[in-house]
Amino acid sequence: MAIFRITAAAALSLGLAAAAQADDVSIIVQSTTSTANSGLYDYLLPIYSGESGIEVHVVAVGTGQAIRNAENCDGDLLLVHAKPAEEKFVAAGYGTKRTDLMYNDFVIVGPEGDPAGVAGMTDAEAALEKIAASGALFASRGDDSGTHKKEVALWKAAGIDPTAASGDWYRETGSGMGATLNAGIGMGAYVLTDRATWISFGNKQDYAVEVQGDADLFNQYGVIPVNPEKCPSANIAAAQDFAGWLLSPEGQRTIAAYQVDGQQLFFPNAPGN
Amino acid sequence: MPEDVSVTGLGMSDALALPPAHAAAARPASLLPLQVSGLRLEAGGAVLLDGVDLALAPAGCTVIMGPNGAGKSILLKLLHGLIAPSAGRVSWNGLDAARATARQALVFQKPVLLRRSVAANLDFVLKARGRDRSRRDELLADVGLLAKARQPARLLSGGEAQRLALARALATGPEVLFLDEPTASLDPASVLVIERIVGEARARGTRIIFVTHDIGQARRIADEVVFLHRGRVAEHAAAADFFPEPRSQAARDYLAGRIIL
Amino acid sequence: MQNIAEAFGLALSLVLSGEADLYEIVGLSLRVSLSATLLASAIGLPVGALVAVSRFRGRGLVLVVMNALMGLPPVVVGLLVYLSLSRSGPLGFLGLLYTPGAMILAQTILIVPIVAALSRQVLEDLHAEYADQFRSLCLSPRQSIATLLWDGRYALLTVWLAGFGRAIAEVGAVIIVGGNIDHLTRVMTTAIALETSKGDLALALALGIVLLVLALGVNAAVQALRLTAARQAHA
Repeated sequence: MAIFRITAAAALSLGLAAAAQADDVSIIVQSTTSTANSGLYDYLLPIYSGESGIEVHVVAVGTGQAIRNAENCDGDLLLVHAKPAEEKFVAAGYGTKRTDLMYNDFVIVGPEGDPAGVAGMTDAEAALEKIAASGALFASRGDDSGTHKKEVALWKAAGIDPTAASGDWYRETGSGMGATLNAGIGMGAYVLTDRATWISFGNKQDYAVEVQGDADLFNQYGVIPVNPEKCPSANIAAAQDFAGWLLSPEGQRTIAAYQVDGQQLFFPNAPGN
Repeated sequence: MPEDVSVTGLGMSDALALPPAHAAAARPASLLPLQVSGLRLEAGGAVLLDGVDLALAPAGCTVIMGPNGAGKSILLKLLHGLIAPSAGRVSWNGLDAARATARQALVFQKPVLLRRSVAANLDFVLKARGRDRSRRDELLADVGLLAKARQPARLLSGGEAQRLALARALATGPEVLFLDEPTASLDPASVLVIERIVGEARARGTRIIFVTHDIGQARRIADEVVFLHRGRVAEHAAAADFFPEPRSQAARDYLAGRIIL
Repeated sequence: MQNIAEAFGLALSLVLSGEADLYEIVGLSLRVSLSATLLASAIGLPVGALVAVSRFRGRGLVLVVMNALMGLPPVVVGLLVYLSLSRSGPLGFLGLLYTPGAMILAQTILIVPIVAALSRQVLEDLHAEYADQFRSLCLSPRQSIATLLWDGRYALLTVWLAGFGRAIAEVGAVIIVGGNIDHLTRVMTTAIALETSKGDLALALALGIVLLVLALGVNAAVQALRLTAARQAHA
């Protein structure tokens, strides 16, 4: 059965060679689908890696899962958008320090016919009340992501429990932002999305932004290096280097310079800039 | 391999796996004579062999005959140690059948050839049994297959395939050679080739135990005949006595072509 | 419908343009899934062969479990491997999470049951034919298994293909343990998932077409091998 030993060895060496390749100076950033799907990292990372020689690998999942992965020490840096959860992460000792990095805003998109008649509204809670009252469909992430947490907070502020209508007019997809937009557009539902994902989204069909401009729709991103005391294996020096660059005037300028279709997607707001 | 796992039908494999050095102590110089007593086999509620008693002399060719379902093939497998009896004993000069298998060979009615070349089929056996592999071409020439050594075994004609199976059986240098209707579906020329090779092996001292339905063939090759009927030995006689004048009614009916059940 | 027509054109131009990113992703897909299939064969074939030739108490239960495991959900395998390879998990010290090695491991676990269960069936049929001959030749279990595997090699190609097909097509396991990291762990299926979530359905479909062609190519190559073998009556 020598043939099997040979193939096993070959397959193993392939795998190990692949593992070794990841041993160069590199870090893993646990981040959100909204930042990754918008193309921000594709723009930022070559610039940063070219200067620092540090490879940055981005795992894009919902904010909730990104935080859990970082708690398991499966990342060196956390870049997400759910401030209360981030502060909890730091308070529990998983991260060293949370810093505001950039912001954009959430919008509610809907179909051309606008069945709930919310087009042009600037009061998010009032718009949600109208949607609920009209019985028009609403597609929710339902995945404990930053966007989902924001949406839940908005419903709460409006005094509505949409989960009572779950499966009826309230549709929880349990998926990422893009998948939820695809699903919502497919069924003609309103969707709460971050503006960056929306601008770069390729399957808009007859959808447009219906509700925007409410201060409650503010979407703040933060950056947190993991705590080396909790995660000794973390590449903390490289993680701090990347975080420092993002927060530096140069990093902030680079973020501001990223545009899709002539529109700026993220607005840097690191302290001291 | 875990100890409680036994390969199909190899319940006796622990005995077979003994290295030759250890086996030597309990190893008779000859497997013969053969003594069979009270051999009985039941399977699925049917009695296939019903108390077979048999003694075979050291040399020669024994032909086993009998109607379909008489238990001929089953008897071969029991003698060869491929299956264990429900009761009774097979004793090869004091050795149980299962411990004698390695010193014997069996040619099946339908040759089971490996999906390899003709030569590789022989190489396989020679290697598995730790025998001199340089004998391969000689063995192939013996059965007239040397020219086809490189051909896929499974493209051989029926007669060629059975000749290869026979060469493979002889490659192990068996002391006893069992043949289970080896020529049942072959043309006359192939039948004669098989008979010649078996005859040569017999002349070299290999004990032949041959099952056949072909009365002409039995007359040509048999030194003695064992006639089986309904799972028992109905008659055991020298060929010279059996064919002219069978003693049992069953054998008389069989030779006359009358159906017996 | 417009997306579908667009996708075919896009797929063609992607392949023809020699886009380095595409070839990198295709290359990694092949490397991960071929390695996983080889590893799964190295484990699954002997297991399948052993069960095929063995009779032991509880064998029926083993067969049921083996067959049931063929339906392992990739996402569950992904989660189990993630929990094992996570820095806080028992194998975290290996540093394999988010590497192709982790993806190979997950896909291997996913398809070992497929290879074992299907090869068990193929080899049991072959063994039924060979069993008496093997016993007559006093082959050891090890020799029997090796002979069955070698003689059944062309029939086992179909088993191998079933495993490979499952590996190359799954997304649930590799996206969790690989993380879909650009230039490191992005394979065809995770790239398709990503483009779908970006709403670039035409590009996603184009990648899907490339993946299909890839699978078609591997299957055609194996089929050609089988036909050659069949002509030589080895199959």
